[in-house]
Amino acid sequence: MIEIKKTTCYMCACRCGIRVHLQDGQLRYIDGNPEHPVNRGVICAKGASGPMQHLSPARLSAPLRRVGPRGSGQFETISWEEALQTVSERLGRIRQDDPDRLAFFTGRDQSQALTGWWAQAFGTVNYAAHGGFCSVNMAAAGLYSIGGSFWEFGEPDWEHAKTLWMWGVAEDHDSNPIKLGLSKLRQRGAKIVVINPVRTGYGALADEWIPIRPGSDGALALALVHELLRTQRVDLDYLVRYANAHWLVIKAPGHAHDGLFARDREGRPLCATGGEHVPQLVAADTPEISPLLIGEVRLPDGLDALPVFQLIVERYLQPEYAPEAAAKVTGIPAARIRALAAELARIAFDEAIELAQPWTDVYGRRHESMTGRPVAMHAMRGISAHVNGFHTCRALHLLQMLLGAIDTPGSFRYQPPFPKSTPPPNRPGSRRGADGRLDAAPLGFPQSPEDLLVDEQGQPRRIDHAYSWAHPLAVHGMLHTVIRNAWAGDPYPIDTLFLFMANMSWNSAMNTAQTIGWLTDTDQASGEYKIPFIVYSDAYASEMVAYADIVLPDTTYLERHDGISLLDRPISDADGVSDAIRQPVIEPDRDVRGFQSVLLDLGARLGLPGMCNDDRSPTYPGGYAEYLWRHQRAPGVGTLAGWRGADGQAQGKGEPNPEQLKRYIANGCHWHAEIPAAGRYYKMANRDYLNWAQQLGLLPGEPGTAEPIVMQLYSETLQRFRLAAQGHGRVQPEDALRSRVERYFDPMPIWYPPFESQTAAAAGYPLAALTQRPMFMYHAWGSQNAWQRQIATRNYLYVHPQTLADAGLQSDDWAWVISQHSRIRVQVRASDTVEPGTVWTWNAIGKRRGAWALDRNAPESNDGFLLNHLISDQLADQPLANADPVTGQAAWFDLRVRLEPCAEAEQGVEPAFEALASPPTGIKAPALLRFGAKLRQRWEHES
Amino acid sequence: MTALPQSTERRLGLVIDLDLCVGCHACAVACKSWNAGGMAGPLTDESPYGAEPHGIWFNRVHSYTAQRPEDHGAPLTMHFPRSCLHCENAHCVTVCPTGASHKRRSDGIVLVDEDKCIGCQLCAWACPYGAREFSAVEGVMKKCTLCADRIDNQDLPPADRQPACVMACPTKARLFGDLADPDSEASRYAAQRGSVDLYGELGYQPTNRYLPPKARPAPTAAVNETEEEVQAEQLPPLLKWLDRVLSR
Repeated sequence: MIEIKKTTCYMCACRCGIRVHLQDGQLRYIDGNPEHPVNRGVICAKGASGPMQHLSPARLSAPLRRVGPRGSGQFETISWEEALQTVSERLGRIRQDDPDRLAFFTGRDQSQALTGWWAQAFGTVNYAAHGGFCSVNMAAAGLYSIGGSFWEFGEPDWEHAKTLWMWGVAEDHDSNPIKLGLSKLRQRGAKIVVINPVRTGYGALADEWIPIRPGSDGALALALVHELLRTQRVDLDYLVRYANAHWLVIKAPGHAHDGLFARDREGRPLCATGGEHVPQLVAADTPEISPLLIGEVRLPDGLDALPVFQLIVERYLQPEYAPEAAAKVTGIPAARIRALAAELARIAFDEAIELAQPWTDVYGRRHESMTGRPVAMHAMRGISAHVNGFHTCRALHLLQMLLGAIDTPGSFRYQPPFPKSTPPPNRPGSRRGADGRLDAAPLGFPQSPEDLLVDEQGQPRRIDHAYSWAHPLAVHGMLHTVIRNAWAGDPYPIDTLFLFMANMSWNSAMNTAQTIGWLTDTDQASGEYKIPFIVYSDAYASEMVAYADIVLPDTTYLERHDGISLLDRPISDADGVSDAIRQPVIEPDRDVRGFQSVLLDLGARLGLPGMCNDDRSPTYPGGYAEYLWRHQRAPGVGTLAGWRGADGQAQGKGEPNPEQLKRYIANGCHWHAEIPAAGRYYKMANRDYLNWAQQLGLLPGEPGTAEPIVMQLYSETLQRFRLAAQGHGRVQPEDALRSRVERYFDPMPIWYPPFESQTAAAAGYPLAALTQRPMFMYHAWGSQNAWQRQIATRNYLYVHPQTLADAGLQSDDWAWVISQHSRIRVQVRASDTVEPGTVWTWNAIGKRRGAWALDRNAPESNDGFLLNHLISDQLADQPLANADPVTGQAAWFDLRVRLEPCAEAEQGVEPAFEALASPPTGIKAPALLRFGAKLRQRWEHES
Repeated sequence: MTALPQSTERRLGLVIDLDLCVGCHACAVACKSWNAGGMAGPLTDESPYGAEPHGIWFNRVHSYTAQRPEDHGAPLTMHFPRSCLHCENAHCVTVCPTGASHKRRSDGIVLVDEDKCIGCQLCAWACPYGAREFSAVEGVMKKCTLCADRIDNQDLPPADRQPACVMACPTKARLFGDLADPDSEASRYAAQRGSVDLYGELGYQPTNRYLPPKARPAPTAAVNETEEEVQAEQLPPLLKWLDRVLSR
């Protein structure tokens, strides 16, 4: 008998709807759910190989306790009770003494609404997920500039765009919606332009490939800005309606208010309008005014002020932003840059579109149609993973704003709950109350130096140094610094490192070899591990398992409940809002538990607020499934927005509904609400949208009270940090970081070369080196997957043929790849589709011998390799993270290398690591896989 | 040797648009997953977690770099999904000594009856497209069934009665239909885009059609190329922006 159960995929971060086909209770097949708003029935190679993920021999099967030295992989199986007792006793002591001695970091967590709330209840500031080395630059630059973001929080207008520019996008978030959209664009004949050193993945569909040098995209974007300004091809009306182009900026060097907005008594930003003799100052949000964009004005307090737009023009018309300057760093000829700018302007303005859709703006004015600037942009990893990624992403948003191409027909569009205020209002938790709880979730959006997590001396309060002066806007935390800092006791020693599916001893670490050393290093005097206790939860025998003291085995994604919540990473699209759940479709056959339920269990044992009742009984005895429908974050607001209220009729806000999960399951495990037609564009200032968003609780306040979201060409928030660096204000950086903060907290986008290219030794490392995921393993855990690994069991280093020849190499030669930090030995291959100054490889296919239940001779460990070994986790010239100075984003795309031929006898991958022992799971990898053999017998019998 | 039907009522097959293929392997894995548990399963994998994992795949995606004159110098990344083309003149059928390899009269799908297959592999030698996959473990020849067990299955909703690869494809680069019917969506799409007969000169008359990638336009350039280098002093002064009357 065939039974089809619908749930949500977990093979990457896309979170598509899937149909799991069970034949007599056995897993038969997984395909896409045609009714699901994310993937509309399609599925990718990862999703389709779900059965092999579920049946992986690398699955853990019971809780483990380390019995040999850390890293030896020697474990004994223990009961859940023993495991949970051990962990809760330890965490209980920590919570009593100093909650910050627990560092709780999750990897590709899709339940941060829960894990962040748990950390807040525990009271540790040391919490984050993997965003710090993923895409925080995209999130932060977007949220501080336009109140939304590329990534999964916005999308190109697939229906109306006439051109799409993809910057640094490889096989990237979010995978199936992008593929569906690209197909639409291509069939419509829209022009696809990819700006990328490598032409892979989506680049195959591009009409035009602009092979840019890594890390120089910001220079190109600002040269395009220069050209738009020079040719006066800028949407000024859009800029004063939806952005802060006309806001007045105080010009008073040395003054505490220098660079801040001129404001009225109520704190509203001011602008100038043309008066009869002198300009008049009026609140900048006043409708029906004609604000000035140029001209200095004298404020009542005697200070002078200039409109933002004037600052923009003055800066970006400088020769340093001209195409000739950008040509030198990007490798793109100046004439082509000028032509590209002209093309952008031509499509935005000369091919503007008009949708016959009346709408009403936030001031109540009716417009008969929606004007569209059909230039869409998308950007991701190649922008994000550089030390200049925050400003580069801001430069892209500046370019979009000047073109009037944000949330108009044909342009980039917000996905609800975005746009939000710039930045969103929640600040990072900082102080503990009497119940030990933090005053807010540990991750939030600093708006001024007062929001930083620094002590009285200006030193970091977090183990990862997020929200410190070194990385003030590290809004996703900095998982990539945790292990070094925990080992070094910087700024203090921790007791327990608690990780969830974060492979920090392998492909999720920069400087992997040393990281492994820190995990196992002991104090010479006491013999104790420098990181005293490590708890790790994962479903699989990843490289990290060997470094845990206690292992909490997670289920597979088909065996548990999950909530894909608007409080976490939404799965909405530009026309509607969505959330989803996972339901268990198969019973686990091992002694494993869903991590989220385990976390709630631990919370109850620890007596954490919100997780246990007055009588110490657990608040959610039904585990995560019960939490999903019953937990309220604020009155009426919970994890899931659909079918709320006692009768299940409410959307967004409403009382908890005990039948809610059943309603989700009946609807294919997802919920979707469409934005009214009049509210689908200009969301930042569209009354219909804002009312709708408030009704659903996506924006605060009662419907009708929403303020417009004003896009920030000029960021006053950044200027506040710069002023602190200049000596103003109570919270001050240490002197060593003053000039750094002052330079990189420029309120307008800047471009600077990656730091690794600026070191004295840089000349000896002429090539950029990139690592990216292949489409069939993007954001996935594919190496133990019998089907995915048949597509690729190993990687090569891809090199432009000329560059290969210059290095005296040929395809399939072994070569040394040498960085300022380390060297690896790998096999090289020629590729035409990479710019000559860049080499690249597929990430995370290389595995450590012994991990993932793979054979000791698996190509993943014999021939596959990680570029990570070459990437320093710190800057070459100072003890700071190799990360963006604004956001702390790990700069793993900044890597510079040189190639050298190997001696003839030198073969095989270096560095080679000792094999890890397999943890005791009782599951053996089969020598032969005949998946489906039994299913066929039944099939034949029935037919 | 096995006879081909004189003609078939329909010619079911695929139209594969290489202009839309991003090489994501979704079709290949969806195919593997469906067929492993279907009428032609198992699609046995040897050494699945070992040094040389290799198994049966009815569909494999190959990636190339192409330099074509029509693309104005830019190297193209090209992906090519390869599976049985269900030829009209299928030599894999005519060489079969047992009648295992056969072409359905009703719709032209080329199938292997495993009960009759002796594993001689003559069909694999006869196929110029490398579409046949021999399973040493099972001792029989395997190949694309065009998901006949989906197409034929009246229990499935009509929308699901098409090959797994077509349903999976995230860029909608694959169409399924009756290529004998010039009015089918697949036929019309193939005709409109100038589809090619793969190795047409060999005379196998493949049913599946491939649509080549469209020519890429010349790089954006030229509009400003004759303009003299822009001098800083020629840049518009701020004053040019001063008189703009804006409406908020």
